[in-house]
Amino acid sequence: MLKYVLKRIGLMVFTFLIIVTICFILVKLLPLPAIKELGKDTQTILRKREAMGYNKPIMVQYWRYWTHLIKGDMGVGEQMYAALNVWDVMMQKIPYTIVVNLYSILIAIPLGLILGIFAALKKNKWQDHLLSTLVMVFISVPSYVYAFLVQYLLCYKAGWFPMLVAPESEATLFSWKMFVSMCPAIISLGFGTVAGLTRFTRAELAEVLTGDYLLLARTKGLTRNQAIIRHALRNAMVPIVPMILSQFVGILGGSLIIEQIFSIPGIGKLYITSIQVRDYNFFMADTVFYTLIGLASGLVMDLSYGFIDPRIRMGER
Amino acid sequence: METKKNDYMNIPADRFEPAVRDEKIFDKKFESKPIGYFKDAMIRFAKNKSSLVAAFIIAILLLFAIIVPFFSKYSVDAKSKENDSAYSQVLPKSTLFAWAGWDGCKKDKKTQGGYDYLNSIGQEVYTLNDEGERVANEDAMAIKKVYGSFIDELTGEKFYNVYVDSYAKVGFMFKDLSEAEYKALQAYQNETGIQVMYPIPATYKTNFSAVSSANVWYKLANEVETSTGEAAEHDEDGNPIYEANYRTKENKNAADYDSIRISDEPEADGKWAVYAVKNQSGYKVRVLYSEYYYYERYVESGNVKGFYPYHLFGTNQFGQDIFVCLASGARLSFILAFSVSAINFIIGIAYGSIEGYYGGAIDLILERVSDILSSVPFVVVATLFNLHLADRVGPLVSLLFAFVLTGWTGIAYRVRTQFYRFKGSEYVLAARTLGASDSRLIFRHILPNSLGTIITATILIIPGVIFSESMLSYLNIIDLQTSGMTSIGTMLSGGNALLSTYPHIIFFPALFIALLEISFNLFGNGLRDAFNPSLRGADE
Repeated sequence: MLKYVLKRIGLMVFTFLIIVTICFILVKLLPLPAIKELGKDTQTILRKREAMGYNKPIMVQYWRYWTHLIKGDMGVGEQMYAALNVWDVMMQKIPYTIVVNLYSILIAIPLGLILGIFAALKKNKWQDHLLSTLVMVFISVPSYVYAFLVQYLLCYKAGWFPMLVAPESEATLFSWKMFVSMCPAIISLGFGTVAGLTRFTRAELAEVLTGDYLLLARTKGLTRNQAIIRHALRNAMVPIVPMILSQFVGILGGSLIIEQIFSIPGIGKLYITSIQVRDYNFFMADTVFYTLIGLASGLVMDLSYGFIDPRIRMGER
Repeated sequence: METKKNDYMNIPADRFEPAVRDEKIFDKKFESKPIGYFKDAMIRFAKNKSSLVAAFIIAILLLFAIIVPFFSKYSVDAKSKENDSAYSQVLPKSTLFAWAGWDGCKKDKKTQGGYDYLNSIGQEVYTLNDEGERVANEDAMAIKKVYGSFIDELTGEKFYNVYVDSYAKVGFMFKDLSEAEYKALQAYQNETGIQVMYPIPATYKTNFSAVSSANVWYKLANEVETSTGEAAEHDEDGNPIYEANYRTKENKNAADYDSIRISDEPEADGKWAVYAVKNQSGYKVRVLYSEYYYYERYVESGNVKGFYPYHLFGTNQFGQDIFVCLASGARLSFILAFSVSAINFIIGIAYGSIEGYYGGAIDLILERVSDILSSVPFVVVATLFNLHLADRVGPLVSLLFAFVLTGWTGIAYRVRTQFYRFKGSEYVLAARTLGASDSRLIFRHILPNSLGTIITATILIIPGVIFSESMLSYLNIIDLQTSGMTSIGTMLSGGNALLSTYPHIIFFPALFIALLEISFNLFGNGLRDAFNPSLRGADE
C-alpha cells in the first residue's frame, strides 16, 4: 500500500512540476505589462521586480520562482492589489470560495444520496423514470442557467435573497447575513451536484441490488430493509465515497462563473480579474492553485478507492 | 384403436410422399438484407423515443443557426444601419403568438405624468376608413390597456397599472433631413397617403427644459413646474385632456411643406401648424418613428418594400436583434464544437491506437504525456493560448487550439482501453498469423470493433465545448465578439446586467443553450445505448 501511495504521489509531483514549468515559460514569454502610475507603489514594484530578478536570465528566474514558491512567496500584485503580497491576498480569498462550495456540497450530498437510493429501490417504476428524466435535465443544463433563474426568480421576483453576495466590508464570513446572501449561489451550485450524485448512486446501487449475495441475504431471513442497509448500501458505497471525497477536494477550486455572477470575492473572481488586468503574478499563483487542486482531487479519488476496497489497490484495471 | 395426435410410430402409409430425387435442393436465399453492426445500432437508436426527439431538436437548432443569418432582415453588427438604437430593448413580439402574451408589451406602473405622456402617444395618428371617417390607429397607441389606478397611501400620488407596447412607446422623434431627403419624404407621403411627418410641438426648444422629447405635443398642466413632469390637463374624472399645442404660423406652407396634413383646418388660433423647421443643414422634422423606420427601409430597398420593426426575440441594449444574434452565436458555437470534436476524433484515435496497440514502454511514455496535458486546468490553457495567439490568428482559432490541445486525451484514453480489450482476442491472433501488418490489424480489425464507443465519446465532446466556449466568453476571458459575429456567452453577459429589467435579453440565449445541452446529452446517451446495448443505463 505504501509503495502504491508513494508512486501515486511521485507521479503527481512530477506532473505538477512539468505543468508549472510550462506555464512559467509561457507567462515569461508574454510582454510585461506597464506599471500603473500609483505614486510610491510604482517604485516599490520596480524595486520588487528587480529583487524578483525580472532582469536576470530566465533560468535564474525559474530557479528563484521555485525556491520562493516553496516558501509561499509568489511575488506582489502589480496591476491589482498593488504591492500587496500575492500569497496574503490569496489566503484572504480562498475562504469565501471554500465556504460557498462547502455549504452547497453539504446540502447536496445527503439529497443526492437519498434521491439516488430512492430511485434505485423504485427501479423501473414511475418514480425512477421521473427522477431519471429530471436528473438528465439537471445534469445537462449549465450551472449559469440556474444562476440566472435563481437570481431572477428568487432574488428579484420573490425578493428572498439579495442579488449579490454581501461585500466583505458589510458582513463577516460566518455571519447569518453572509449566509443568506450566499444562498442563491449555493442553490445554483447544488442542482448539478445533486443530479450527478443521484445518477451515480442510482446506477451503483441498482447494479449491486441484482447481486447474488443479496438474494442470499434475503433467503437467510433478513428483511428487505436489513438486506439493503447491511449489504447493498455498503457495497454501493465503494465507488460513491471516493467520488464524494474527491469532490470535497475539488470544491476548493470553486466555480468561476458562479463567483462572477454572484460577485463572490473568491479565488475565481481573483483569477478573472487577474486576466483582465494582466497581472501575471496573480495569474501564476491561481494557475498553481488550480493545478494542485485538480491533481489532488484525482489523487484522493484513487487512494480512497484503495483504502475502502483493498481489492482495487494497485491501480490495475 | 384411438390414435394419438403425435403418434409418430404408427403413421399411415398413405400420408407418406416420395421425395424428389432428380432435383437438387438448395438452401433458400435470405429474403431480408444482412444487418451489420451500424445498421443494427441505427435500428436500436430509432426505437429510443427520447433520443429521436433530441436528434430532431438538434437538427432544428442546427438549421436555425445555419439559415437564419442568411435570411434575416437584421444584422449582428451593432454599428450597422439595420440596428436602430431607438428600438433597443424592445420586447419579443410575434404576430402568431400574440394571444399568448408574446406581443412586445409589458405591464408597468406609471405615475400621472408618465401615464399622460404614454397615453398621448398615438392619439394624433389615425387612418381613414371607407366612409372617410377618422379611425384611431391601435398599432400606434403606446398604452394598449389600462387595468386601473390606485393612490399610494404614503405619498398620495396616483399610479396607473398599464399595459405598454414597447414598440409604439418610441412614438415620435425629431429628425434632421437634408433638402433632398425632405422633398423625397414629402413625395412619399403624397404618393402613399401615409402620414410620416407630424406637426412640431410648440414646446420644442423653448425654455421649458423638462420637455425634450418629440412626444409631448399637448398642452401641459403646468409648463413651468418641472415636478409635474409631462402631466396634461385633466377633466373632472381625472382623464387627461389632450389639447394640441403645435407651433403655428400664418403661412400654410411654412418651410416649404406642401404635403398631407393631419388636419385640413387651421389650428385654434387661426394659424397653420408647422411641419418642419428650416435650419442650416436642411430641415428638422418630427416623424412618427415606426413609419419613418418603414420609409427608410423602403428607400434602402430601392423603393420596393419596407418593413416595420418586428423582433421575434426582442432586441438588446444595443438594438441588436436577439433572434439573429442567437443564430449567429449558435453558428459560431457549432462550428467550433464540430471542428474540435472532428480533430479530437482523429488525434485521439491515432494516439490511442499507438498507445494501446504497442503497449509497454511506448504506452508508459505516451500515457504520461496525455496525463500531464489533461491535468492542466482548461481555463489556464484557454487563457494562455488567448494571450499568446489571439492577436496573431484571432481569438476563435486560438480557442480552437486550446480545445484541441487538451481535448483529445479523453478519446485517446477510450481508444486505448478498447485496444487493450481486443488486442489479445483470438480473431486478432488469427489475422496476425495470416500475416496482417500492424496498420491492417489496427485499422481493419481492432478499430472498427471499438468505433461505437469512440463515436459516442466524440459526440459528447460537442456539448462540453459549447458550454466551455459560452462560459469563457461570458467571463470575458475570451472576446469572440467581432463586427459580424457574436457568441452566446457574450449575449449572456450582456443580458445579465439587465436581468431584472429586461429578462428577455438573457432568456432566449439561456434557453437555447439549455435546450442544446439537454438534447446533445440525450442524443449521446441514445447513441451509446444503441452501440452498446449491454451498457444501457450505465453511467459512462
